[in-house]
Formats: sequence, C-alpha cells, structure tokens
Amino acid sequence: MSSMLFVFSRPPHGSINAQEGLDALLMGSAFTTCSVLFVGDGVLQLVAGQSTDALGTKNFSLSFGALKDYGVTRIACSMPDLLARGLNKSDFLIEVEPLDAAGMQALIRHHDKVLNF
Amino acid sequence: MNFAIVVHGGPYSSQACLSALKFAKAVLASGHSINRVFFYHDGVYTANNLIAPPQDEAPVSRQWQEFGAGNKIELIACIASCLRRGILDETEAGRYEKSGSNIAPGFTISGLGQLIDASINADRVVTFGV
Repeated sequence: MSSMLFVFSRPPHGSINAQEGLDALLMGSAFTTCSVLFVGDGVLQLVAGQSTDALGTKNFSLSFGALKDYGVTRIACSMPDLLARGLNKSDFLIEVEPLDAAGMQALIRHHDKVLNF
Repeated sequence: MNFAIVVHGGPYSSQACLSALKFAKAVLASGHSINRVFFYHDGVYTANNLIAPPQDEAPVSRQWQEFGAGNKIELIACIASCLRRGILDETEAGRYEKSGSNIAPGFTISGLGQLIDASINADRVVTFGV
C-alpha cells in the first residue's frame, strides 16, 4: 500500500485551501499510512489559540488535535520557515517535529505519493 | 505508467484547469494511462453545467467532458467541495431541497476517498493549481 505525504503550504485563513487540505489528510489516514509536512505560511495553521470569530469562518484548527487519533504517522514542519516567522514549536497546538532542508528531503523521499495543498 | 490527476483550480479563474487538461492529453499521447481525474477545491466548478463562456474563449468544461467520454476516464468532483460551491446532481439537489441540479454530463460527484484511492493506485499523482 502506498504511503502518502500531505504538504500544507497555505496560511490557515483567507481561503478554504487549508481546511480542505486537512479534510483530505483525515480521509487519507483512514485508507493508508499518511504523514504531514507544513511549509511556508502553512506553519501558521498550527499556531495555538486561533480564533475565527471576527472572520465569520469555521475554526478548523481544532481538528489538528485529532491527527494522532487518526494514526497520522509523522507531523513535521519546516524549521527555516518556522524561524522566519518568529515562531517556535511551543507556539503550536500539537506536537510537531521541525526539520531542516535535508530532513524534509528525506521525509518526501520516504513516501510513495505527495499531495500538495 | 498510470497517472492520477488532481485539479484544484477553477476554469476561467486559474490556468490550472486547462493546464491539467493539456497534461492529461499528453499523458495518453505518450502511451501512458490515467486512472481518474479528481476535481477538488475550486476545480469542481469545471463540473458546472451552467457555465456559458463567451464564444471566443475555450469551453473548458465541455473540453473535459469530451476528453473523459472519448477516453473512458472517470471525472470525479469532490462532494464536499461541490456542495459548498453549488454543484449538485439530482440526488444532492433532492437531499438539500434545492430547485435544480447542475452537474455537467460526464462528471460524477463522489467522496474524498476517490482521491485517496486514485493516488494510492497510480504510479504518479500530479496536482494542478496549488
């Protein structure tokens, strides 16, 4: 069975891409081995304490808490993209593994299929 | 080689939709196969039968229909994306008590499992419009 890596590169708000990406990841993890890598503004999806009250949209970030329960194998993010945004892993609402460029390359190589959102 | 193709961009608002079609034609012309085309995000607008583009612009939706029917390739539009964007088949129109359905011929509304299944079973999955 193919393993799948989901790469999330969009910010959490402003478009529905991040929310629909998470939906795809949760569905994927029901079928096969899945991991997720947050890059670029995608790392902002993980920031704790988000509120969408002023936006009038659904606060889907709470669903990230379910990734472990869904059996998502590795939850990783780009260390350089994290640092560039003044964040560190203690800002996140779940446990995330920061990776350098070599670590991200290895993660991508380790999976049979990569889906981008 | 067997390809799964994923389209995230809508017709007329993104190049992704036409680029994906050109890529799909090139895949077949090169002797490869396609197990499914999955439309997600705004890509599901491709399945809107009510699109009426100006005559001097490419009829993107119809071109996809002809491609799918001519090559017997499944064109699947994600149900969650469709419902949010008002793309309905008769079943969903009935379920949500809407005045009519508008799914274009040749497209099928189905779940995200079809994306995962196509990705798992293809040799390559290629996404357009991220």
